[in-house]
Amino acid sequence: MEVLFASAVGVLVAAGVYLLLRARTFPVVLGLALISYAVNFYIFAMGRLRVGLEPIISEEATAYVDPIPQALVLTAIVIGFAMTAFVLVLALRANFDLGNDHVDGRPPEGER
Amino acid sequence: MNHWIVAPVVVPALFGVAIVLGTRGRLRSQRQLGLLATTALLAIAILLMVEARSGAVQVYALGAWPAPFGIVLVLDRLSAMMVLMTALVAFCSQLYAVSGPDARGANYHALFQFQLMGLCGAFLTGDVFNLFVFFEVLLIASYGLLLHGGGRDRVRAGLHYVVFNLVGSALFLIGVATIYGVTGTLNMADLAVKVAQVPEAEVSLLMSGALVLLVVFAIKAALLPVCFWLPLTYGSASAPVAALFAIMTKVGVYAIVRVYTMIFGGEAGPVANLAQPWLLPLALLTLVVGAIGALAGRRLRGLASYLVIASVGTMLIAVALGGEESLGAAFYYMAQSTFVLAALFLLVDLIASQRGATGDRLEPTGAVRQPVLLGGLFLLTAVAIAGLPPLSGFIGKVLVLRSALATPSAPWVYAAILGTSLLVLVAVSRAGSMVFWKVDEEGEKAAAISPAHGARVAAVVLLLALAVAMTAFAGPVVTFTNAIAAQVLHPADYVATVLAAKAAPATPADTHDAGGR
Repeated sequence: MEVLFASAVGVLVAAGVYLLLRARTFPVVLGLALISYAVNFYIFAMGRLRVGLEPIISEEATAYVDPIPQALVLTAIVIGFAMTAFVLVLALRANFDLGNDHVDGRPPEGER
Repeated sequence: MNHWIVAPVVVPALFGVAIVLGTRGRLRSQRQLGLLATTALLAIAILLMVEARSGAVQVYALGAWPAPFGIVLVLDRLSAMMVLMTALVAFCSQLYAVSGPDARGANYHALFQFQLMGLCGAFLTGDVFNLFVFFEVLLIASYGLLLHGGGRDRVRAGLHYVVFNLVGSALFLIGVATIYGVTGTLNMADLAVKVAQVPEAEVSLLMSGALVLLVVFAIKAALLPVCFWLPLTYGSASAPVAALFAIMTKVGVYAIVRVYTMIFGGEAGPVANLAQPWLLPLALLTLVVGAIGALAGRRLRGLASYLVIASVGTMLIAVALGGEESLGAAFYYMAQSTFVLAALFLLVDLIASQRGATGDRLEPTGAVRQPVLLGGLFLLTAVAIAGLPPLSGFIGKVLVLRSALATPSAPWVYAAILGTSLLVLVAVSRAGSMVFWKVDEEGEKAAAISPAHGARVAAVVLLLALAVAMTAFAGPVVTFTNAIAAQVLHPADYVATVLAAKAAPATPADTHDAGGR
C-alpha cells in the first residue's frame, strides 16, 4: 500500500507541476488542483497508513489512527477549495480583460 | 486567562462582518466603521505592548483546550511588537484610504479588516498549522485588496501573485505535515522541545520538512531567488494597499525568526541553527539585487518595491548573524523600515497624482503643485531609506554593522550593506532630482491640479514622525528590541509557560470567568 500511495502522490505532483508550467491559466488552475490533492494525500499519510481503524479512543478500541492529520486535511481541503474557486474567477477575469489566457497577459512571440 | 490577547483577531473579524452586512454598501458608514475598528485595534495593540513589556509570556488557549492539544495564542514581546507595528501602519494606511482610493471598488474596508485579522493572527499564534490558516486568511484578503479597483495591470499582477502564493501554500502544507509526521506535534513550544529529541534516523526527514518551510517563508519575505513576484505586485497595488503590504513581507521575516531561532535555534540538538547557513548568503544577495533593482527603476513605484526587497535583505542578514545584538538590530531595522517604506508608497502616490499623465514615471514633466511640501517629505524619506544620518535608517544600519563586527562573515556584511547604501542613495537622489528639479517648462501646468488632501499628507507625516521618534528615542527602543531578541533566543520561559497550560486544564472558575466577560 505504501508504494501505491507514494506513487499516487508523486504522479499527482508531477502532473500538477507540468500543468503549472504550461503558463496558460486553465492548465495552471488544474495543475494547482492536482497539487492540492497530492498535498492532501500527503498530510493524510503523515498520520501513518492504517486500515480499518477509527480515529477514536474508546474502552474497547485496541488500536486507533491519529485524528489530527484528518482534521488538518479537512482544513486544507476547505481552504484549497475556496482558493481554487477564487483563482478560477480571476483567470476568467484575466481572460476577458487581457484578451488571452496566457499568465503573462500576452502570449510569447510565435505563439497564438 | 487574559482575553485581550485574542482581541486583535476577533475585533477586525467582527468589524469586517459588520462592514459587509451592516452598511449596505454606503461608503460613509463603511469608512466610519473601518476607522473605528482600526483605532480600536491600535488601542488594543498598545495595551498588549504594555502587558508584554515586562517580558512575561502570556498564553491564551482557544476554547480552553490545553496546549499542546489545542491551539494557543501566545503574547510575548516579539508578537506584541509585530501587532503594534501592524496597527500603526494600518491606521496610517486607512487615514490615506478614506480620502478617496477606497471608493474605486466595493468592500475595501471589509477586506482591510480581514487582512488585519490575518496579520494579527499570524503574529500571535503559537501553533504552526494555525500559522498556515492565518497566512491563508491574510493572503485571500490581500488578493482582494490587490485587485481592488480593477484594471488590466492589477489583474495581470494579481494572477501571478495568487498562483505563486497557492504553490507556496502547498509547500507550506508539505513542510508542516512532514514536521508533524516526525515529531507528532504542531505546537511551537512543544516542537522546540521535541525537535531536539528526534531519533537519528529521522533527522534528515525533519530537516527536509523544515527547509521546505523555509522556502515558503522566503516567498512571503521576498528573499532571493523567490522575490520577483514583489515588484509587479506592489507596483500595481493602490497606494494605501501597498503601504499596508509593507508589513506583509515582515510576516515572512517574523515566521523565519520564530521558527528558525526558536524551534530550530541554538538549543535544537541535531537540527540546531538549521537555516542560518542558507540565510546569510541569500540575504546578502537579496540586498544587492534589491539595490540594483532600485537603481534600474524607471518608475517611483518600482523603485519603492525594490527598496522593500533591499530592506528584507538587510533584516535577514541581521537575523542570520544570530546573536542577541544582531537580532535586536534586525527588529529595530524592521520597525523603522516598515514605517518609512509605507510612507514612501503613500508619498509616491501623492507625487504621481500631481504630475498629470506622467504619473510616477521618472521623466521630466511640469513641476508638482506643492514642491516644497512633497520635496521636503521625499527628502526625509530618502534620507531614512538610504541610511544617512541623522534618521533611523542610519541607526538601524549602524546597529547591524556593529553586531557583525565580531563574526567571521563581517567583510561580506560590511561590503554588502555599505555598497548597497551607496547604490540606494544614488537611486533615491536620481529619482528626487528628476521629479523635483528637472522640470520641463513645456510640461503640464500644475495650476489645474488640486493640492494634496490634508488626510493624505497627515498619513505620510504620521509615518515619518514614527521613524523620527524611533531616532529620537533610539536608546530606549534599542534596549527594548534587544530584550525581544533575548526572549526569542532563550525560549525556555516561552516553552515552559505554554506547556504549563497542560497541567492546568480549564477549571470551573476559568469557565465562569470566560462566560462572565
